[in-house]
Amino acid sequence: MAEAAIELIGINKSFGAVQANRDINLEVARGTIHGIVGENGAGKSTLMSILYGFYQADSGEIRVNGKPATIKTSNDAITAGIGMVHQHFMLVDNFTVLENVILGAESNALLKSSIAKARSELIRLEREYGLQVNPDALIEELPVGLQQRVEILKALYRGAEILILDEPTGVLTPAEADHLFRILGQLKEQGKTIVLITHKLREIMAITDSVSVMRQGTIVATRETKKTTVEELAELMVGRRVLLRVEKDAMQAEGVKLSVKNLTVKDLRGVTMVDDVSFDVRAGEIVGIAGVAGNGQSELLEAISGIRKAVSGSVTLDGKPIDLTGAADPGELRERGLAHVPEDRHHVGLVLAFEENENSILGYQDDEQYLKGPFLNIDAIQKDARDKIEKYDIRPANCRLKTANFSGGNQQKIVLAREIEQDPGVLIVGQPTRGVDVGAIEFIHKRLIAMRDAGKAVLLVSVELDEIRSLSDRILVMFAGRIVGERGSDTTEGELGLLMAGVEHKEAAE
Amino acid sequence: MDFFNIVIQTLDSTIRLSVPLLLACLAGLYSERAGVFDIGLEGKMLVGAFAGAAAASVFHSAFIGLGMAILISVAFALVHGFASITHRGNQIVSGVAINFIAAGSTVILGQAWFSQGGRTPALAPNERFEAIIFPGANALRGVPIVGPIYAELISGHSVLVYLAFLAVPFTWWVLFRTRFGLRLRAVGENPAAVDTAGISVAWLRYRALICTGILTGLAGAYLSMVQNGGFVKDMTAGKGYIALAALIFAKWKPVNAMFACLLFGFLDALAIRLQGTPLPLIGRVPVQFMQALPYVLTVVLLAGFIGKAIPPRAGGVPYVKER
Repeated sequence: MAEAAIELIGINKSFGAVQANRDINLEVARGTIHGIVGENGAGKSTLMSILYGFYQADSGEIRVNGKPATIKTSNDAITAGIGMVHQHFMLVDNFTVLENVILGAESNALLKSSIAKARSELIRLEREYGLQVNPDALIEELPVGLQQRVEILKALYRGAEILILDEPTGVLTPAEADHLFRILGQLKEQGKTIVLITHKLREIMAITDSVSVMRQGTIVATRETKKTTVEELAELMVGRRVLLRVEKDAMQAEGVKLSVKNLTVKDLRGVTMVDDVSFDVRAGEIVGIAGVAGNGQSELLEAISGIRKAVSGSVTLDGKPIDLTGAADPGELRERGLAHVPEDRHHVGLVLAFEENENSILGYQDDEQYLKGPFLNIDAIQKDARDKIEKYDIRPANCRLKTANFSGGNQQKIVLAREIEQDPGVLIVGQPTRGVDVGAIEFIHKRLIAMRDAGKAVLLVSVELDEIRSLSDRILVMFAGRIVGERGSDTTEGELGLLMAGVEHKEAAE
Repeated sequence: MDFFNIVIQTLDSTIRLSVPLLLACLAGLYSERAGVFDIGLEGKMLVGAFAGAAAASVFHSAFIGLGMAILISVAFALVHGFASITHRGNQIVSGVAINFIAAGSTVILGQAWFSQGGRTPALAPNERFEAIIFPGANALRGVPIVGPIYAELISGHSVLVYLAFLAVPFTWWVLFRTRFGLRLRAVGENPAAVDTAGISVAWLRYRALICTGILTGLAGAYLSMVQNGGFVKDMTAGKGYIALAALIFAKWKPVNAMFACLLFGFLDALAIRLQGTPLPLIGRVPVQFMQALPYVLTVVLLAGFIGKAIPPRAGGVPYVKER
């Protein structure tokens, strides 16, 4: 085995009573790609933050290239040759690429020489690794794939020999992800060491040399990638056998529940986000909308659920129109049987400062069952919340706890329980498993299938192709605000990926 | 010719009146660009004005007065920093508290030390900053057009006036041409980016607040040692808030800030000039109306005449490391 680039020995880290990392031992060989997988909250990010000097371990030792290293700040990590590409990019949006690259690595007090030096260095890196990006472009004008490239360039500019990537493909199209993997492969050939944190097991299988699985703050296993399988890794992550493939019966679709015709939506700047979109969702089917984030899916969902104003077009629910002026009464839509699980549960779906039981009826608080005269019937609400907690296995099972104290997956279950248990005719779901653990994903998928089997119409928007493919009966692909194709659920990922990137769309136009 | 003289004189007082606004506005620019909202500009100007006038009259030196104005104003800026950077307190609350402390303490200390009803003793000429007459100003005064412009507008101001206007290009240069400026702008937009780049967010923001303190100190000293010959209770009269309005109006850019402050200064000058003068068609306008004009304009401008002003994205939010 090659010499170790990083050795972590006996790392412990607690936040209050929670032990985020427990006696971690990890060795990453130089010139390899090492994957770290685990559910949310398993301690992956904490471990990497310790390595990058964001946190300090309570105990334990870090060795870089065989030598003990004291990493107390990010600066120490950079000096030790460690670079990190964060999940949420650490870029200044209204700075140019060059300014972002030199930030913190300026050669002297004036910018002129730093910028000149960075410019020639970027050209060299571009030649060496194929990392092309316009140095004078503003970050906010770049697509996310290029923004991520700037993050990699930042690390390389600082002389990183060890590169940590935290969930790097979450925001990328399949094509962009492939490109990223090619770049990572090249970096590896040049002798760089790469640590890849992800929850996507297929990426681990595709690109890593070895993989460690984390669960509840400890490393439960380290494997050579060649000698393991997706199933084994999933089981190690969750601690029990997981059904990765959703089982469902053939579709029994009936009449049209939700019908969208020629819908056009513009954003505040007047840019057309949804462009003349038409489709139907029938009772007993799941229609999936695939697409790279930011191609109009969010705006489409908001328009259908009456939150956002539409410029033209119509949406009918059970044959009756929905108010698209942006002034629709969400309560009325709920009464008509339209339930909405919003994409952004933190800002739209929940009030994090409320107790769990309050959130579990939010929006339905005027239902008679929750009222006692003009007042809320607290007992009924809490009993209802406890029932949902049991049925949806929401943890911790305490309906008086503040919602902010639940994990992302459990928060999502709170929203789903609230909307599904009202027994709506139409369920609109945006990104149902974003930031949700493997175990909970399985559960949520089963609930959505159950809704469909019970004869409800489900409209599902997700950027996760796997999810779209395994749940949907029909798949619509959105690109630049338009629906560029409709496919069956047996379509290959490659074909959907091309549609999502707008490739076939362009060819068709020519 | 008479009209020309009126114009020159109005513009001259425009310059004088916009100086404290400009200094305070640039002060706010440093702190807000670094992501720390500072509603306490008013209070820092006030303590600067008091400390300057008090020290100048005790030590009989304008420069000791100026130094003390800056020192005390910086100290107040650091208190704001301690509350809002180190302890991640609410920046608005901390700023308001500073304004209250300033308004109260200046009067109490003034009364305790000088027994003149909260005022400081009238400053002698050597205790103030005198006007600087440029060479040839008096000789050229008689030349038509150019003469009055040179003698009245360009020459004949105190050193603080020139300092204030030089601070505009200097601030621009610092912000856009130096490492400190790059980091300062970055920390106001995305402090996490600065932190992960290995730079201390807190220390950077403290340095920005020190710049703020120095500039509000200068603004205060200008009020009590140039515009006025001593400190008077509440002499800032809302200038700190108008400076904040000008800062938003200027979209946090130094050169824009200068023009915004000149505009507010001009309205002030106009209000003074037009007091008691009947206007054509309208007739005599009440004094109070003219005095209210700059404040009315502030409201109107902020209410939407300025277009889209995008503040520094991390403004007002204490930085907390997150995993």
